[in-house]
Amino acid sequence: MGWTIGVLAVQGAFAEHTKILSQLSVNCLEIRKKEDLITDHIDGIILPGGESTVMGKLLVELDMLDLLKQMINDGLPVFGTCAGLILLAKRIVNDSHVYLGTMDIVAKRNAYGRQLGSFHTVADFKGAGEVPMTFIRAPYIEVTANKVEVLAEVDDHIVAARQDNMLVTAFHPELTNDTRLHEYFLAM
Amino acid sequence: MNERYELNKNLAQMLKGGVIMDVSTPEQARIAEEAGACAVMALERIPADIRAAGGVSRMSDPKMIKSIQEAVSIPVMAKVRIGHFVEAQILEAIEIDYIDESEVLSPADDIYHINKRRFAVPFVCGAKDLGEALRRISEGAAMIRTKGEPGTGDIIQAVRHMRLINKQIRQLQNMGEDELFEAAKVLQVSYELVSYVHENGRLPVVNFAAGGIATPADAALMMQLGAEGVFVGSGIFKSGNPAKRAQAIVKAVTNYNDAHILAEISENIGEAMVGINEQEIELLMAERGK
Repeated sequence: MGWTIGVLAVQGAFAEHTKILSQLSVNCLEIRKKEDLITDHIDGIILPGGESTVMGKLLVELDMLDLLKQMINDGLPVFGTCAGLILLAKRIVNDSHVYLGTMDIVAKRNAYGRQLGSFHTVADFKGAGEVPMTFIRAPYIEVTANKVEVLAEVDDHIVAARQDNMLVTAFHPELTNDTRLHEYFLAM
Repeated sequence: MNERYELNKNLAQMLKGGVIMDVSTPEQARIAEEAGACAVMALERIPADIRAAGGVSRMSDPKMIKSIQEAVSIPVMAKVRIGHFVEAQILEAIEIDYIDESEVLSPADDIYHINKRRFAVPFVCGAKDLGEALRRISEGAAMIRTKGEPGTGDIIQAVRHMRLINKQIRQLQNMGEDELFEAAKVLQVSYELVSYVHENGRLPVVNFAAGGIATPADAALMMQLGAEGVFVGSGIFKSGNPAKRAQAIVKAVTNYNDAHILAEISENIGEAMVGINEQEIELLMAERGK
């Protein structure tokens, strides 16, 4: 398609996203420092799963947070999975940190408890049909503003949503062989 | 079992590119989280102290582990003795996120490792070579780390183990299909696992480096050698300025390929742990459990 998608690669499961994007013949760029955001043009960015505390801290320490926030506010398409959702949330109920805070959602971290609470399921995703969903120490969305479109719910909790150029999932589409959600993102 | 095992391997994938730090108090756990640890390993004594104290070393007090679970929001791991499945049952009961069946503690069984397939919580195990790594995986380990030599601050053994595992992976990759059966026999593992490595050129689980990492350069060295993340034990809280060193190691793991950033973060981080050279070690922990 000739597009280049950046994948934030400061910590976490970024290689899994890169693999899926390659399957879809999309160029990938691992973003590890501020220069990576400045030097090369990207048509969108993925914030992968990992530990949000680590990624959030590294975004600040590597002086990338403000620039990335501005790029998203200027319309750069962004797809946050799990920890990426936390980075984008305007507020986190059980954590005082706010990282990018560009999306009008309130999220709950580790909402299903510790690793024994991690699970896999299949549920409906608006516009993509039934998709496999892997939740690893996952968050969910507690509250959304009007302008946020809810895309998927599991057990009455919101697990996927979209607001303009921002797409988030509490689960990890990059851990399955299903490429539909990455295609959904690329179509944005 | 199968789905649970996948979920457990998945958690290790989320830890990639990160630093798992040994901590022995809630205060240290908070320092580690604040410094950017992607998980902490709760244990009463860090390996350097275990080495110094001698005696039998066992699973930590569950109360101490719980106090660390309460102190941080990142995953909490803890160690059990090799083969001590009851210690593992206890850690599962307090909902630990990962169990390290570890050669750092005194082994409880000199023949059998824990049958990790029986557990819902994930296990990480140490390995010095590909055979050990694959045997631990057949027993149900969802993550592997090099053994290195814990508590020494000396990187040589972690390097040796990582290089050997990589070399053996490359050898399997280049073998003809007919040769894999013999390779399985030599490595003492199943044909299926050997065949997976032959086809994919990697272990079927995430592989971290551990044992002897003391500086940001050590961490970056292990990453450039192919580790997917690092464990740092004594290297942090036995150093002059734990918070600063921990932060520097976290950044070194992210930008392990950028010498300019590595130079910058290696500056002025206080004294590294003193360490012990290979020739001065009396107890080789890496020889425990094969």
